[in-house]
Amino acid sequence: MLQLFKFKGGVKPATNKVQSVTLPIATAPLPSRLAVPLHQSIGGTPRPIVEVGDKVLKGQKIGEADGWISAAVHAPTSGTVIEVGLYPAAHPSGLTAATVVIEPDGEDRWIDRQPVDYASLEPEAVRELLREAGVVGLGGAVFPTHGKLTASKTVPMEEMVINGAECEPYITCDDLLMRERAEEVVRGAGVFRDLLRPKKVLIGIEDNKPEAAAAMTAAIKALGEAFKEFEVVVVPTRYPAGGAKQLIRVLTGKEVPASKRSTDLGVQCFNVATAYTAWRALAHGEPVISRLVTITGNVGEPRNWEVLIGTPMDELLRIGQPKPDTDGIIMGGPMMGFLVPDTKAPVVKATNCLIAHSPTLFPPKPPEMPCIRCGECARACPHELQPFEMYWFSRAKNFGKTQEYAIFDCIECGCCSFVCPSRIPLVQYFRFAKSEIWARERESQAAEGAKNRFEFKQLREEREKAEKAEKLAKAAAAQAAKKAAEALAAANAPETTVAEPAPDAPSAADAAKRATIEAAMERAKAQRAAAQPKNVDHLPPAVEQEIAEIDARQNQAVMANAAPDGEKNS
Amino acid sequence: MISALAIMALGAIILGAALGFASIKFKVHGNPLVEKIEGLLPQTQCGQCGFPGCHPYAEAIAKGEADINLCPPGGEEGVRKLADLLGREVKALNAEEKPKQVAVIDENTCIGCTLCIQACPVDAIVGAAKQLHIIIAQQCTGCELCLPPCPVECIAMVTIPETVDNWKWKYPVTEIRKAA
Amino acid sequence: MEFNTSPYLLKEASVQRVMLKVLLALLPGIAAYVWLFGPAILIHLALTTITALVGEALMLKVRRRPLGLFLPDLSAVVTAWLITLTFPPLVPWWLTVTATLFAIVIAKQLYGGLGQNPFNPAMIAFAVSIVSFPALMSQWPGTDGHFSSQLQVIFGLAPRLDGLTSATPLDAMKTALMLAGDSHSTSVSSILANPEVFGLVAGRGWEWVALAYLLGGVWLIQQRVITWHMPTAFIAGMVVISGALWLWQPATYASPLFHLLSGGSMLGAFFIVTDPVTGATTPRGKLLFAAGIGLLAYLIRVFGGYPDGVAFAVLLFNICVPLIDMYTQPPVFGMKDQ
Repeated sequence: MLQLFKFKGGVKPATNKVQSVTLPIATAPLPSRLAVPLHQSIGGTPRPIVEVGDKVLKGQKIGEADGWISAAVHAPTSGTVIEVGLYPAAHPSGLTAATVVIEPDGEDRWIDRQPVDYASLEPEAVRELLREAGVVGLGGAVFPTHGKLTASKTVPMEEMVINGAECEPYITCDDLLMRERAEEVVRGAGVFRDLLRPKKVLIGIEDNKPEAAAAMTAAIKALGEAFKEFEVVVVPTRYPAGGAKQLIRVLTGKEVPASKRSTDLGVQCFNVATAYTAWRALAHGEPVISRLVTITGNVGEPRNWEVLIGTPMDELLRIGQPKPDTDGIIMGGPMMGFLVPDTKAPVVKATNCLIAHSPTLFPPKPPEMPCIRCGECARACPHELQPFEMYWFSRAKNFGKTQEYAIFDCIECGCCSFVCPSRIPLVQYFRFAKSEIWARERESQAAEGAKNRFEFKQLREEREKAEKAEKLAKAAAAQAAKKAAEALAAANAPETTVAEPAPDAPSAADAAKRATIEAAMERAKAQRAAAQPKNVDHLPPAVEQEIAEIDARQNQAVMANAAPDGEKNS
Repeated sequence: MISALAIMALGAIILGAALGFASIKFKVHGNPLVEKIEGLLPQTQCGQCGFPGCHPYAEAIAKGEADINLCPPGGEEGVRKLADLLGREVKALNAEEKPKQVAVIDENTCIGCTLCIQACPVDAIVGAAKQLHIIIAQQCTGCELCLPPCPVECIAMVTIPETVDNWKWKYPVTEIRKAA
Repeated sequence: MEFNTSPYLLKEASVQRVMLKVLLALLPGIAAYVWLFGPAILIHLALTTITALVGEALMLKVRRRPLGLFLPDLSAVVTAWLITLTFPPLVPWWLTVTATLFAIVIAKQLYGGLGQNPFNPAMIAFAVSIVSFPALMSQWPGTDGHFSSQLQVIFGLAPRLDGLTSATPLDAMKTALMLAGDSHSTSVSSILANPEVFGLVAGRGWEWVALAYLLGGVWLIQQRVITWHMPTAFIAGMVVISGALWLWQPATYASPLFHLLSGGSMLGAFFIVTDPVTGATTPRGKLLFAAGIGLLAYLIRVFGGYPDGVAFAVLLFNICVPLIDMYTQPPVFGMKDQ
């Protein structure tokens, strides 16, 4: 039996998981339309590769990953693209985001799926396949999985942790996934194992999910010798035991600081649903177009559903039969989720749970009292921070101090707010402080860039001025020299007919002088040429593309005006 | 006697060398206060303070020749930071505070005269003679210096819209009086 | 819908509940007090509770804070009870009332109310009173007080007879030792031999009240209202210094047990140093803070001019809290090796 470690802090809210585990997973009906946001993972926003009117097939790529840390996005069903533009996002801000809206044709026709034998491929190719299949962390952080599948060069991989803890109250999608599809989860974890080559694979499951643990143990046993380093470890139920760092701590005793990657400590962590989708992507050629979503809370039939990415939340919630006093939808769990401002927003890869919100289920927050420094929050904090100190400084907008108290180590798990006797929304203060610090960071970087460019421009202008003066002086000298040469030529012989600088100049000194003048003029010309089309090179591809687009539009406009126009080349 | 003198002399030489080395190695270039002040300025280089750029304004503040409330892009918060750094009183900004803006060129009106390119202090405008110019939004500081030189008035200032990427969590509102 | 954010679940916890538990934990001590010193304390408790609530309400009104939110938090009542329990039970009624008003109005509300006061209000009240009325603050009733006669003393209807009141055991011990001077004509053990004053170990009546506070305090720890750090460190601080001196000269210095069970030691250890608002917050800081108070309280009560030292020690360490907290920040998750 593996020796378990403890993490400090944590809380034990009512789990409320039993309601949604009574029924097996069911497939949600095809919605009237699917709004697939392009940006569904950490990293670059994928570029849309379809246009309005395009017919797409189920699983067809509609968004191209942009950069290495990014993941492709696919059409969840076959149908017609009816919009590529801004659409309400599954985001606490309620703002819109770039989205491809597809009207299903009802046929649900797949692309030509091509299963691969990943074992025969180079690791690099497997990572590329996962990126193309849009496999991202489905525990909620949605970090592109392929970006986590490279072991540290210096530290050997010791443990790989598969996270089936699922500590948030109400959520049961991982539980049901492990119960019903344990084999594919284990096989998916096997893919990660083959890429990272850890000594041990530890599957952490909270002790309130014995059925899932049993199913996983049975699956590992059934798969035999190839999975002998796999072990299911039942961990005590305590929120947030399913936080990646907490689970790593519990299973291995290692503490991954905020400043380091877990691979630097020879450990890596994946969610069970991520492992499942990775296996589907490789062994079945199915990109990530659906996920399990727990629909629970104030509904008549709490249950887990296989839901297409892009399904509007309000439409999805309806199949759970929400009770009449439902007044909102929480995406995610009650500890870390958020009330969706616009319930039209679609289910995304990060959506593990929708909770119908009602005032009886989640009573309105009692009024906030002053902090009495009781330290409950510090005792509850799984990252061993001092939330009340961070709160004072966040409140006073003293952001430097919040960073001294390690605000960026905060994982926003909500334990501090949960226990606070003064009912202070601590986590909200920290989110506020963090986003202010990020904004300031962006601003100061922009200011730094602006300053550099300004100084460079000043330098350039000064140099240009100096060069101009020099050029004028040189020109005057050249004029004088030319005159002297002409006079000399006239006086000499008529063998050189033109007064152009001749190779056989009369004296070596003159030749040298002329050479410098020429060089200077050449330089000036080059400078002029370089100065004119200012900063059109070294542009980011997006800007270049924008220029090209605008040029095209302007060309059209100009053409419409039937006016002649110069060539464009940018 | 001699040895004592020698020891003293040796000590003097070593310490002198150490001091000399330190003065070269840790030499402070420029006026650190100016740099600190400049670090707080938004680097828009807009000249709204009456100085040709942020650095000259920082120098003027350091010398005590300029007030700290002359920088509209820095806003009230900028004034507060300067007051903090310099130990001066916080003053009201001597201009209206505007939301952050960027310049946008109307692509159908631009004649490609390059005048705005020359005016832009931070090289945020791209283009060549007789070609359409465009403004790199990420690099534009919103200084408005490109507006006056444009002969066809094709540049407009646009407030930066809030998106999912630049959205900020709001300050928690505690209506303590209402609570009872 | 209002803009509210996760977590949407909250534990059943409130400032009121915390304060209520503190009040409940004080009940055994109060019961022992009444049993052994007569019911006079109850009159003071009633007076100070009303005074504290009225004072708090007035100040909240002046400061335009919602009464409905802050008055029921019971923090004023805790302050009132602590003041009452640290004062001699037979002081005139106006003294406890004034002291309570001072604590609530000046030491608490003028600093910004709940959570903002840097000094323990009850200890401020005690310090101000003992400096202003040293004689009144040093007289304690014997253990045979009758309610009616106590009542008359409190309301100034009867003269303050010496027979009714006596010095505290701590004071009696100090005076006896002082009278003996350097002559060593008496020793701690011979002084303690008087059971009329000193009971079994630390003062007739006192030791039982102290044990009742201990009981309430242990319950508070069990209820997670306070942590073990502060009481343990306070007791350790006091035991270390008193034990060292006692071992060195048992004739001149009383035993640690005497010190722990007399004066304000137990009340201080579990109810006063553990005030979260004015105390250190980090685990190591709590140990340092409370141990320092225990040590300093001993030094003041044994070598200083006042009958007890807990109040002054607490106030002195209240000033040091920001410094202590700053230097005892625990390492965050994953940074323990650095």
